[in-house]
Amino acid sequence: MDLTYTDDDLAFRDEVRAFLAEALPADLQHKVRHHLRLNKEDSVRWHKILASKGWVAPGWPVEFGGPGWTPVQRHIFDEECARAGTPQIMPFGVNMVAPVIMAFGSPEQKAHYLPRILSCEDWWCQGYSEPGAGSDLASLKTTAVRDGDHYIVNGQKTWTTLAQHADMIFCLVRTDTGVRKQEGISFLLINMHSPGITVRPIIMLDEDHEVNEVFFDNVRVPVANLVGQENKGWTYAKYLLGHERTGIAAVGRSKRELAFLKTLAARERKNGRPLIEDPLFSAKLASLEIELMALETTVLRVLSRADKGPGPEASVLKVRGTDIQQQLSELMVEAVGPMALPFDPAYLEGEREHSLVDDDDAAPLLSHYFNYRKTSIYGGSNEIQRNIITQMILGL
Amino acid sequence: MDFNFNQEQLQFADALKRWIGRDYSFETRRGIIHSDTGTSDTAWATLAELGMTALPVPEEHGGFNGNAVDMFVVMQELGRGLVVEPYFATVLGAEFLRLAGGRGDLLEQVATGELKLACALGERQSRHDMFDIATRADANGDGWVLNGEKKVVLHGGQAGMLVVSARSSGEQRGQDGVSLFVLPADTAGITVSDYRTLDGQRAADVRFDKVQVPRANLLGAEGRGADIFDAALDYGAGLLCAEALGAMEAIFEATLEYLKTRQQFGAPIGKFQALQHRMADMYIHLEQARSMALLAAVKLASPDAEGAATERRRAVSAAKYRINQAARYVGQQAVQLHGGMGVTDELPAAHYFKRLATIELTLGDSDHHLARFIAQPGFMERTAA
Ligand SMILES: Cc1cc2nc3c(=O)[nH]c(=O)nc-3n(C[C@H](O)[C@H](O)[C@H](O)COP(=O)(O)OP(=O)(O)OC[C@H]3O[C@@H](n4cnc5c(N)ncnc54)[C@H](O)[C@@H]3O)c2cc1C
Repeated sequence: MDLTYTDDDLAFRDEVRAFLAEALPADLQHKVRHHLRLNKEDSVRWHKILASKGWVAPGWPVEFGGPGWTPVQRHIFDEECARAGTPQIMPFGVNMVAPVIMAFGSPEQKAHYLPRILSCEDWWCQGYSEPGAGSDLASLKTTAVRDGDHYIVNGQKTWTTLAQHADMIFCLVRTDTGVRKQEGISFLLINMHSPGITVRPIIMLDEDHEVNEVFFDNVRVPVANLVGQENKGWTYAKYLLGHERTGIAAVGRSKRELAFLKTLAARERKNGRPLIEDPLFSAKLASLEIELMALETTVLRVLSRADKGPGPEASVLKVRGTDIQQQLSELMVEAVGPMALPFDPAYLEGEREHSLVDDDDAAPLLSHYFNYRKTSIYGGSNEIQRNIITQMILGL
Repeated sequence: MDFNFNQEQLQFADALKRWIGRDYSFETRRGIIHSDTGTSDTAWATLAELGMTALPVPEEHGGFNGNAVDMFVVMQELGRGLVVEPYFATVLGAEFLRLAGGRGDLLEQVATGELKLACALGERQSRHDMFDIATRADANGDGWVLNGEKKVVLHGGQAGMLVVSARSSGEQRGQDGVSLFVLPADTAGITVSDYRTLDGQRAADVRFDKVQVPRANLLGAEGRGADIFDAALDYGAGLLCAEALGAMEAIFEATLEYLKTRQQFGAPIGKFQALQHRMADMYIHLEQARSMALLAAVKLASPDAEGAATERRRAVSAAKYRINQAARYVGQQAVQLHGGMGVTDELPAAHYFKRLATIELTLGDSDHHLARFIAQPGFMERTAA
């Protein structure tokens, strides 16, 4: 038993740290660390910086342009990015559709899409959920009917994250209605600029435009955009979900948030004393920190067996990770109290340098808290994760 | 990064597992609990034969020099087997001796299994603060005279020698002025009243009435026992975390099995989602508890690293806190999911529940360890593991 990093790991960490210190633009770092909203340009800018270093797709095999890192190195990289406060690389292209294309796509698809994902030429979004198919994803109804060299797609997707920016969407569509609901599904790559596609915003609790409805009205999609075999899409979808790594726990980000919370707690006053000296508050904070210690160690345990492939234990990480993120968001709001109330979209969007009420740390926190209610819902709700644990691990 | 146990550690665990499976059944244990002494000489002799008593003892005193990670696997198995023998008390006492240096003669006897130890530390007013010591050690020409009373001394009635904390100077709750002694349990002036604890183990109240302690029985330096004391208590808390983990694993497995077999409404009750999700949450608690017990063991096993004492305190308090939380959730849910069976004395799971609850109250409850975690230097700067 040895829970320390090797010298090579530590050298790697220093290398990553040094690179980030130099390459991460200060304005982006400021936005991330202060819970301000990032726009498309911000994301693309950071993506391209990492891409030019060859580090944008840590999980990819070297033959497709990955850096060839070990699981531990990938973990260190995630940690260091989170610690520094980099924007997140949008997962839809790099971590979701790319592995499916690598595993099941045609040579043409690989040659065409993978380099464009690396360079961020295409912004991807994920078209799985529908109004009648959320947790019960296999009930999806969007149809794709073969017409010569094309599929004709009709239906509606929903909750599509950042579809307003997207050039491409990967969709699950129904290609056979006469079979068991998991069996007639296909995996299609659709150009978002095709005629017949309409994107309608859904405004979230924090009044941000993060998700959308996407409507398909007789959209023509070349058959060449089918991934793998017709009606086998469910297998690919499950492969994609299984591809999630330990990063799902977001330990690094939570560590940065915990540090931020501590600075708030040292600065805020309660009964004339620093808030951190209030035993009720410090107990909540400490128990959350302990939970994060346990999660971090659990992540390392999972990583140390990474050769066995990602398994259902990812569900444990999702449940604990999102719970911790949400609790952090709650405690940050508690820490600043009423100063979290003023709503300041112009400041959040970066249109003004300082917030209306002159507490730049506090201003975004309530928005952040509302926004983070999503974490226990998306990516398979935490209830669904518990179902996975009971079925796949406990065999109930 | 390596979370694997080594070959020797696995062999110790295997040996224990086999012995418990063969000779320490639930019925045997029940017999032992209700016997006069509440412990079994046969069981003790086997533990010694299997090398368990020698494991934590330094090599120069006839032991295997095992560290906290080695002890982890042993305590985990004893937890799974719900073993009631005075092993923990003895090993904790040995750690006091080891940290204090000297008294190799006693360590040798511990290694062979000849000597059982108990640690007389807590008092009526101390709750979880073991530094709250009213027992006095007043110097006289021959050494010291002890006066006071220690409460709920684990296996105090079964031990040949007692490790005792007493105040030779300083304030009642101060760190300075704590002296540690080791002395035969039958020394004149010592009264031991032995009783059962609710988990089937034994403890005792130990009174000291003008007990004369010779110089040779001081552990470490007079009035300077605090560091030894602190490190030994952390070691004990770390071992209890591993034992609790073993007990939790056992109660979890028993509950899972029950959910798969118990039929109601024409189906195994494990088909009901309300119960499935509780099982999933128990599993999550168990995994988090396992991580923390390992982390604590690893920190305890690296006493020479930089800043090790703070790291150790921090990890042990975090672990004990987290494991207390897990023990309560897993234990309570296990009883609930067993329905009426869960609250009977017949059911092994119920006995694991009792053991988990007593571990929670031993060497620091949740509030105690949370406060200690906060009090460690660097709390404001540190973020996680
Ligand atoms: C911010 C955000 C971004 C998203 N981005 C995308 C995206 O880019 N692409 C995409 O395809 N989807 C996206 N989603 C959709 C997301 O995957 C779904 O919201 C999620 O799967 C839950 O589905 P639902 O909202 O229909 O809830 P429902 O399935 O209707 O569930 C409602 C409630 O019932 C519970 N529930 C449902 N079934 C069960 C069950 N069997 N057992 C126990 N409890 C159950 C759920 O946990 C939940 O609490 C996003 C969602 C959000 C909130």
